Amino acid sequence: MKAGSNLEQVLEKGLFAVTAELGPKQGVDAADIRHKAGLLKDYCDAMNITDNQTAVVRMSSIGAAIIVRQMGLDPVIQIVCRDRNRLAIQADVLGAAAHDVMNVLALTGDHQTMGNHPQAKNVHDIDSLQLLQCLKGLREGRFMNGDPLKTAPPKLFIGAAANPFGGPLEYRVSRLAKKINAGADFIQTQPVFDMDIFKRYMEDARERGLHEKTHILAGIIPMKSAAMAKYMRDNVAGVILPDDKVNRMANSIKGIEDKEEKKKRQAEEGVKIACEEIEQVREIKGVHGIHIMAVAWEEIVPKVVSKANLKERPKRLPDN
Amino acid sequence: MIVGERKPVGEIWGMIKGFRKVLVFGCNTCVAVCFAGGEKEVGILASQIRMKAKQENVDMLVIEGAIERQCEHEFIAAAKDQIESADCVLSIACGAGIQFTGEDFPHKIILPGLNTTGINVVEQNGVFAERCQSCGDCVLHLTGGVCPISRCSKSILNGPCGGSHDGKCEVNPEIPCGWQLIYDRLKLQGRLEILDEVIPAKDWRPSRDGGPRKIIREDLQE
Repeated sequence: MKAGSNLEQVLEKGLFAVTAELGPKQGVDAADIRHKAGLLKDYCDAMNITDNQTAVVRMSSIGAAIIVRQMGLDPVIQIVCRDRNRLAIQADVLGAAAHDVMNVLALTGDHQTMGNHPQAKNVHDIDSLQLLQCLKGLREGRFMNGDPLKTAPPKLFIGAAANPFGGPLEYRVSRLAKKINAGADFIQTQPVFDMDIFKRYMEDARERGLHEKTHILAGIIPMKSAAMAKYMRDNVAGVILPDDKVNRMANSIKGIEDKEEKKKRQAEEGVKIACEEIEQVREIKGVHGIHIMAVAWEEIVPKVVSKANLKERPKRLPDN
Repeated sequence: MIVGERKPVGEIWGMIKGFRKVLVFGCNTCVAVCFAGGEKEVGILASQIRMKAKQENVDMLVIEGAIERQCEHEFIAAAKDQIESADCVLSIACGAGIQFTGEDFPHKIILPGLNTTGINVVEQNGVFAERCQSCGDCVLHLTGGVCPISRCSKSILNGPCGGSHDGKCEVNPEIPCGWQLIYDRLKLQGRLEILDEVIPAKDWRPSRDGGPRKIIREDLQE
């Protein structure tokens, strides 16, 4: 065990893991964090707390993660390289570790011009690969400058994101390999909508033995509406959403006038598609779990997990 | 070359409207090549200011001048009389030139008429695109001759990030993904294995982060 977090224990036992995303609000609402964590707690093994997701300022990932940790749950803090330099990141990781937060996900971060402070100066002192090296170094007791920590090292279970659907597609597995070599104990992928591309990606990863060197969790985004599906297909860089899924979402509300009924029908279709995707990724060798990103729709996670027959989560074990 | 863009006349007017005699002062090297701050642009800007002054009923004398380089003492000194005669100097050199003119005439008010934007190339007529951010520690040998610092919107050294899509950057589909360009170049050269190594965290001291930079060449000093 590297850190002994619940997520690590589940994965190391060879069980199929479920993680879910928890997005803090744009404000100071601890009750909201507790509420969302409460919704998710019986349906996942760990919850990712986003870090200024989509470059919009929210309560910090670490602040929210401490609340989640105090509830006896297992948070995954996300760290984007956009907002902090190597001094701030290292200090924050140590601070989080002092609160027994163990899982850390290293990310590049959406560009700030896409968020709500487009005027901001970005940092990118280090990139996500270098952040992985940094986290591994901290776990081994040294700072990025090579100096030793003056305490016991932090217990860290290190994660990275992978996007099998970003460009150039043919390079994506090599980048995954690079992240694993740099220190990624687990991988959470961007949403898998296009199963063909993902299957090829995993095949390539297996050929290179990567599935045995890390735990790959396939990303799942339950679509809330037909409009969201269309928006993601047309506007979100790095997402490949096949037309048939967008059409299924659109068809689910065809001819329906009633607003509430519309809302219900498309949500149902979204859940159905998500469950199909979960079933499909579970059959792919080398996929060790799923990561559900229900964007501003945390309340749907229990339903998705239950319908996908993943509700029986391993009993939360005491920290190792 | 160093390129820049003329500030809008409205903004310039806000800086100069209180002065009686204004020297519009150009630089005939980099910013002249990019048609922003040379002698010709001095003439155009001076006419625009005269018109604006007339519209606003302000009594202002606008004179014109340009030298070869506002980043060298010798050239600036040659414009001494003109500079001394004006109440303020509106320089349309790059940021370095504007400051250096001010350093040589510290009692004069030197105002910026141009926004300096970078070290660019002429991609095609009228298109000046950035290629270098003068980070002070070139990595082009590691990236197929395509600069990740200036051409990736996030300046990442181990890309591409997840926002690369159909060869374009997530910031704007008009921007080519710098890391797609790096990948394509190395593939063309049969050198993709270069990308297997993680480029370690950059030492930013040779860039701006080590404080203002200075090169001292003793062999050139008298």
